[in-house]
Amino acid sequence: MQVALMIPCYIDVFYPEVGIATLELLEKLKVDVAYPFDQTCCGQPMANSGCFEESRATEELFIKNFSDFEYIVTPSGSCTHHVRHKFTAVPDSPERRKVSASVYDLVEFLHDILKVSAFPWARFEHKVALHTSCSAIRGLGLASMSERVHDPKFSKPQNLLEQVPGIQFANFERPDECCGFGGSFSVTEEAVAAEMGYDKVGFIQNTGAEYVVSSDMSCLMHLEGCAKRLGTGLKFLHIAEILNGATQ
Amino acid sequence: MSDLIDQARAAAAFISDQTHEQHLDRLLWMMRTRRDEAARRVPEWEQLRDLASAIKEHTLSNLAHYLEMFESRAMANGVTVHWAVDAHAHNQIVYEILSERKVDLLVKSKSMLTEECETRSFLANRSIRVVETDLGERIQQLDDEPPSHIVGPSWHKTEQDVANVFARAYGSDKNNTDPVYLAGVMRRNTRPLIEEARAGMTGANFAVAETGAIVTVTNEGNADLSANTPEVRICSVGIEKIVPNNEHLAVFIRLLTRSATGNAITQYTSHFREPREGGEMHIILVDNGRSQRLGMEKFWSSLKCIRCAACMNTCPVYRRSGGLSYGSTYMGPIGIIMMPTFDVRRYSELPFSSTLNGSCTNVCPVKIDIHEQIYAWREVMEEKHQIQLVKKEAMIVASKVLSNPTLYRIAARAAEPSLNILPRIAIYNRLNAWGRHRDIPQPAREIFHDWYQKNRSSAVGKEAEQ
Repeated sequence: MQVALMIPCYIDVFYPEVGIATLELLEKLKVDVAYPFDQTCCGQPMANSGCFEESRATEELFIKNFSDFEYIVTPSGSCTHHVRHKFTAVPDSPERRKVSASVYDLVEFLHDILKVSAFPWARFEHKVALHTSCSAIRGLGLASMSERVHDPKFSKPQNLLEQVPGIQFANFERPDECCGFGGSFSVTEEAVAAEMGYDKVGFIQNTGAEYVVSSDMSCLMHLEGCAKRLGTGLKFLHIAEILNGATQ
Repeated sequence: MSDLIDQARAAAAFISDQTHEQHLDRLLWMMRTRRDEAARRVPEWEQLRDLASAIKEHTLSNLAHYLEMFESRAMANGVTVHWAVDAHAHNQIVYEILSERKVDLLVKSKSMLTEECETRSFLANRSIRVVETDLGERIQQLDDEPPSHIVGPSWHKTEQDVANVFARAYGSDKNNTDPVYLAGVMRRNTRPLIEEARAGMTGANFAVAETGAIVTVTNEGNADLSANTPEVRICSVGIEKIVPNNEHLAVFIRLLTRSATGNAITQYTSHFREPREGGEMHIILVDNGRSQRLGMEKFWSSLKCIRCAACMNTCPVYRRSGGLSYGSTYMGPIGIIMMPTFDVRRYSELPFSSTLNGSCTNVCPVKIDIHEQIYAWREVMEEKHQIQLVKKEAMIVASKVLSNPTLYRIAARAAEPSLNILPRIAIYNRLNAWGRHRDIPQPAREIFHDWYQKNRSSAVGKEAEQ
């Protein structure tokens, strides 16, 4: 099986270590990984702002780069959600349908496709607060949501992290409340975004957690900015880094 | 009416007063938690939501049939039925009923429809005094503010705020914030007016086609007093409030209060079917843009709304913005998708006051896909050229950069030391907006792309510009 690695633009620029961890992790799991060189972005920043016209060329480029692959894997629930469910700036075509059907968030790829049950190289002796993004929970169904009170409780990212010896989980208040990032919302509505982030950081800090871990780096970019401004010592890691064997 | 509503600015002002922001967030999150608890005690909760949605879809799909049935049953009950095409027509009907009977004082219970129609100011301008009898609505009226929430109009106010308003209006003790005391002040000052008024007005939670009855769901009993004490009763009903029969009504009664406050039922669920002896009863069926919305393919289903406000209570943006920041009759997630149908320009920014987190959709008892409609409204704003120029220009730049691998690499590498690229890539314009309350992420010394090129020499493909 050949897998195309899609590195979101903000990970490329700000968090290359997350891209590296994702690649190394897939390699450790014996996956044949290709990295299409002309990739840029999924188009979500423009579409999310209502600018579908401006999203079209980027989505077309995405399709050109990725439509030959059986699987497209990206360490982002948010980008996965866009490509799978919101790829509508481009006209419908077999290629478009193919990329939408082939794209996987890293967590769902590990959990549902590879069905990984152990990460023998990983060990993490810390207390972590697991933050799962709204795209991952309500958009992709990677975890149960608090609104659906009768649904069975589950969390695919937690299932994966539980395979890492030494890890402890912190239970914090309102675990699936939005962190406030929301794409362009984080600047157009910065006061509300920051207030949501401060609240989330506060709830996590109350538990004595050392790390905040997520499968979405965009949430973490926002939360880390809030946590630093508040002067907390919280540390932030993408789930790929822990599964790939980061110890701190 | 077309001044642009700047929700973000108003929200920032609300947040700067932390006492009120924290008060609202905690109060509404408690409502959300109570809603979860109430839903947990009903094993068939999700089936009820499906059923409620299906009943509403059926009714809205056969609206003319049920409205005509309602009209004929209500008339047979001795009720006078009026049809109002818009807010002005509604207000004119109310005014004519009152002025023909020389009524100069109207007591009314809470009705979002009359807020929508701005009935109070219409009547006040024609020398008819309108007194709100719902506690929260009365507080807002005395404070000269519109409701900030469709279930709890004054929930953004603390007890101290209410004590201050009553002290100003009624001369009560502003240092006494005991809710029982404050409720007593309200009662002493409102009851005499209810007894004095010759006309009363209510909204409706539901209108039952088969019986011609109006149903109100309240806690304070003021709707019953306003409806039953005066000799003339006026009831304003949005045409989407119709349900076919009492069996269907029961589904909504089970969902409404549980979704709103977590209570199994309110103190009063009142069915009004005919005028009291010697009195008159008028029902005004109001369209005011509803039939137009019914024809909107992506947005008609917002007419399913039963006004429980569960979407507001769960909305992390609403809870931290306050309802007044939306500058509109309906606020929060449901307001965002309804208000542009009234005035697309004035409310063109509202669809951006959302993180699209989807919590609203999943608490909605009638399964309106609220966050999907918020997203769809953003596209409409572009089509109708209502995207702000600065944002549009930034997106044109972003499009050029992100659709061109060569330009993108240059931009990505240039993110180093000056950091002026992030906003063009992931977000748009002013980076200082990010930095106001958050530290700025540091760009990496080497972007992933370049790392890959150096460290995976067997890589397939070659970068065009190298």
